[in-house]
Amino acid sequence: MSEPAENLSAQDLIDYLAQQENKTLLRFLTCGSVDDGKSTLIGRLLYDTKLLFDDQLATLERDSKKHGTVGEDIDFALLVDGLEAEREQGITIDVAYRFFTTDKRKFIVADTPGHEQYTRNMATGASTADLAILLVDARKGILTQTRRHAFIASLLGIRQIVVAVNKIDLMDFSKDVFETIRDDFTEFARDFGFKQIVAIPLSARFGDNVITRSERTPWYHGPALLDHLETVEVEDEQRAKPFRLPVQWVNRPNLDFRGFSGTIAGGSVRPGDRIVVAASGRTSTVSRIVTADGDLDVAVAGDAVTLTLADEVDISRGDLLVAATDQPEVADQFAAHVIWMSEDHLLPGRPYLVKLGAKTVTAQVTEIKHKIDVNTLDHLAAKELALNEVAVCNFSLSQPVGFDAYAANRETGAFIIIDRLTNATVGAGMIMFGLRRATNIHLQALDVNKSARANLKGQKPVILWFTGLSGAGKSTIANIVEKRLLAEGRHTYMLDGDNVRHGLNRDLGFTEGDRVENIRRVAEVSKLMIDAGLIVLVSFISPFRAERRMARELVESDEFIEVFCDTPLDVAESRDPKGLYKKARAGQIKNFTGIDSPYERPENPEIRLESGAKSVEDLAEEVISLLRGRGIIA
Amino acid sequence: MSRDRKSHLKRLEDESIHIIREVAAEFRNPVMLYSIGKDSSVMLHLAAKAFYPAPPPFPLMHIDTTWKFREMIRFRDETAKRLGFNLIVYTNPEGLAQNVNPFDHGSSYYTNVMKTDALKQALTKYGFDAAFGGARRDEEKSRAKERIFSFRTANHGWDPKKQRPELWNIYNTRIAQGESIRVFPISNWTELDIWQYIMLEDIPIVPLYYAAKRPVVERGGQLIMVDDERLPLEPGEVPQEKLVRFRTLGCYPLTAAIESDAATLPEIVREMLIARTSERSGRLIDHDESGSMEKKKREGYF
Ligand SMILES: Nc1nc2c(ncn2[C@@H]2O[C@H](COP(=O)(O)OP(=O)(O)O)[C@@H](O)[C@H]2O)c(=O)[nH]1
Repeated sequence: MSEPAENLSAQDLIDYLAQQENKTLLRFLTCGSVDDGKSTLIGRLLYDTKLLFDDQLATLERDSKKHGTVGEDIDFALLVDGLEAEREQGITIDVAYRFFTTDKRKFIVADTPGHEQYTRNMATGASTADLAILLVDARKGILTQTRRHAFIASLLGIRQIVVAVNKIDLMDFSKDVFETIRDDFTEFARDFGFKQIVAIPLSARFGDNVITRSERTPWYHGPALLDHLETVEVEDEQRAKPFRLPVQWVNRPNLDFRGFSGTIAGGSVRPGDRIVVAASGRTSTVSRIVTADGDLDVAVAGDAVTLTLADEVDISRGDLLVAATDQPEVADQFAAHVIWMSEDHLLPGRPYLVKLGAKTVTAQVTEIKHKIDVNTLDHLAAKELALNEVAVCNFSLSQPVGFDAYAANRETGAFIIIDRLTNATVGAGMIMFGLRRATNIHLQALDVNKSARANLKGQKPVILWFTGLSGAGKSTIANIVEKRLLAEGRHTYMLDGDNVRHGLNRDLGFTEGDRVENIRRVAEVSKLMIDAGLIVLVSFISPFRAERRMARELVESDEFIEVFCDTPLDVAESRDPKGLYKKARAGQIKNFTGIDSPYERPENPEIRLESGAKSVEDLAEEVISLLRGRGIIA
Repeated sequence: MSRDRKSHLKRLEDESIHIIREVAAEFRNPVMLYSIGKDSSVMLHLAAKAFYPAPPPFPLMHIDTTWKFREMIRFRDETAKRLGFNLIVYTNPEGLAQNVNPFDHGSSYYTNVMKTDALKQALTKYGFDAAFGGARRDEEKSRAKERIFSFRTANHGWDPKKQRPELWNIYNTRIAQGESIRVFPISNWTELDIWQYIMLEDIPIVPLYYAAKRPVVERGGQLIMVDDERLPLEPGEVPQEKLVRFRTLGCYPLTAAIESDAATLPEIVREMLIARTSERSGRLIDHDESGSMEKKKREGYF
């Protein structure tokens, strides 16, 4: 900030501010491992651009003495620290944003914690940054982390890199040390697509080459860090691209005005330009570019505007308006880089939501082509993706959308992945290219079959076969289990005497033959429901081993779970919820299981519930744990 | 604003408009919280721009603690009318009935009841699922990590584990029934940006920001304005006319004035540029306990 403000007259100040009005904005990201000096560097920039007030400085000096790591000196790192402490409290900090300004530019710094597992956070910070500063400790040189940071920066499309070779004071300001690091970096980053790499020897702690060139590195002829940040060109690229406008909002105050509002995501637009609605292919001509400051002759990338068109075209939120002369891809399948951001793994076939521009659609990953090891860049086979893993995946969307490759346009090639149940943001995607149906063999993965149906529901189908005496608690427990499953978003169905005997099996009585037929039908219906991808809860006394075995053998071995409600006869009889035991004892009901018809105890049930001692909730919980243990639910 | 060059203010303006439109499009029932200060005046101005030529498609809401400066209330009503907003004013009825005030109850209890609780009550009463606020990340060290979209449970609580990463300008706006969000469209503005923008765009602000002779008393080194007869004077305290202004506005008994002769915008900005204390030091509630911002956020104040 300019120091002479004190001496300015009001008019000078107005001029000064007018000049400030033309300041540009640079968003950058700092990456480094713990103790590379990242916080010290950011604190130093804030301090040296005098963005600190007296009360903040007083706090800083006090804290430096108390907690500082640099003796009596001011510890600049204390100005910005605080990320680590919160991490320990279990609070996820993705990114902290810091601000400082000079006469030439305003800066927004994305500061991310430097830990191994923080791919996700770095990606978040990088997504809005134009430039990345990679810190390298001069004593250690290029480390695995440096490589990882460079890879993520390039993945997120950052084209400007500063290699800050920090703590050069501890290496006697050695030219050789600096040049080795610079050359090593340039060598391995050759394929990362960076437009410019600038290496600077620094001492964040003592300020060398941070704001001004240091006399202690006379051999260095490049810019000081701040000089470079103030002058590096970042903006114009986006304007040279083909016109893109994702429609955020249809502005319709009255019947005479119909405007399409959004932030221009590439190129520029003028009244009279031909435009196309990407997905529908309809065309029109721009009539006006409307803003609260008056109509514009031209609007460029980054401008939040409202367009009116010459024709009545059907356009709604989520549509992409594009230059007629240079249109994006439109497809319902594409390949993309994915950074996974959730503890719950990415599972191919599971339906997610994808938000791309202003458009949200259902989507699934049809195939993980390969994972990328962020340290070695090796390609690895994968069936699922865990937190902080990076992969190339094929996506299939519920409808075609317009997009560009991320490499061509960061705005129209980026998307986020949202979990449908928790609404969490679980991943970030960067589109590589569209997949045409005809050439895409992976479409077969979308054949309609048992696994496709189950995948759509995000679950493994299974039969929970509750067996036991009348009054053993089968239906009560099954009901609780079903409620729990439903609450977790599972798709279930319950078959019991009440809903089967009144319809499907109305023609059956209670003779042994009818009982066998009853179970056979229930088993066949369960099998159909398994095919439909459901979790089926069957609650029948089913006293005979043979019928239970028959039911078991209709489905795959891991699709059948026998739940034995093992309640002693006297307990079940004392409950007698429907008064049936009483009637059976009185001889009013014939062939009643446990009284005058046998119950064959299961020999190897998957789970045995002893209902005497425990509550039904606890017993239901045992079933749920079994399902978790078997990976049927998460 | 001039468009031949993409100035930092233009980029901030575009970003804020993008956020405001996104919320209007994706939420069922949004509301804009109006604190009447300079930051929310800028936010209102941006909202008006975002939907031009239509009026903003959501109402304004002011949580009236009954202890705001009188000039703020007057300004509030004028501004809502000028920009075509439908204005909702809400006061905690229980707090009002019990005459909860900063003197008898202490500033922290008072703020809780009249501000935090009142806000939660109002959001519930009207069923708002998104509330715009004018907070900025540069206001305080701990705000640096705040997201633009801040998710709240059905009880308006802030669960740190439920917050979402924000990539590009793509915001995940999905919430479950009963949940809501707070949105901070001017997160990336600094105090200087706000003042420069107010100058450039000629945005009206409450006259209290300009220096004028006002009756004040000095308490614990702070100048408190005697805005009405409700301020209990301590023994020996006599209000004095001083040339003062405010850098931040809130409830008058809790907001300290500074001595200043800056009576025009350029003078205010000049004073800001050479100021030696940060903006929040004039806000008394922040001194109550350290880490109070975090705590207030969890309780639902922000
Ligand atoms: N000698 C020297 N020490 C430094 C330099 N930069 C940072 N440090 C010290 O390195 C340690 C870690 O710095 P810090 O900024 O906390 O690292 P961070 O974990 O990357 O944020 C602190 O003790 C700093 O004082 C430097 O350029 N030279």
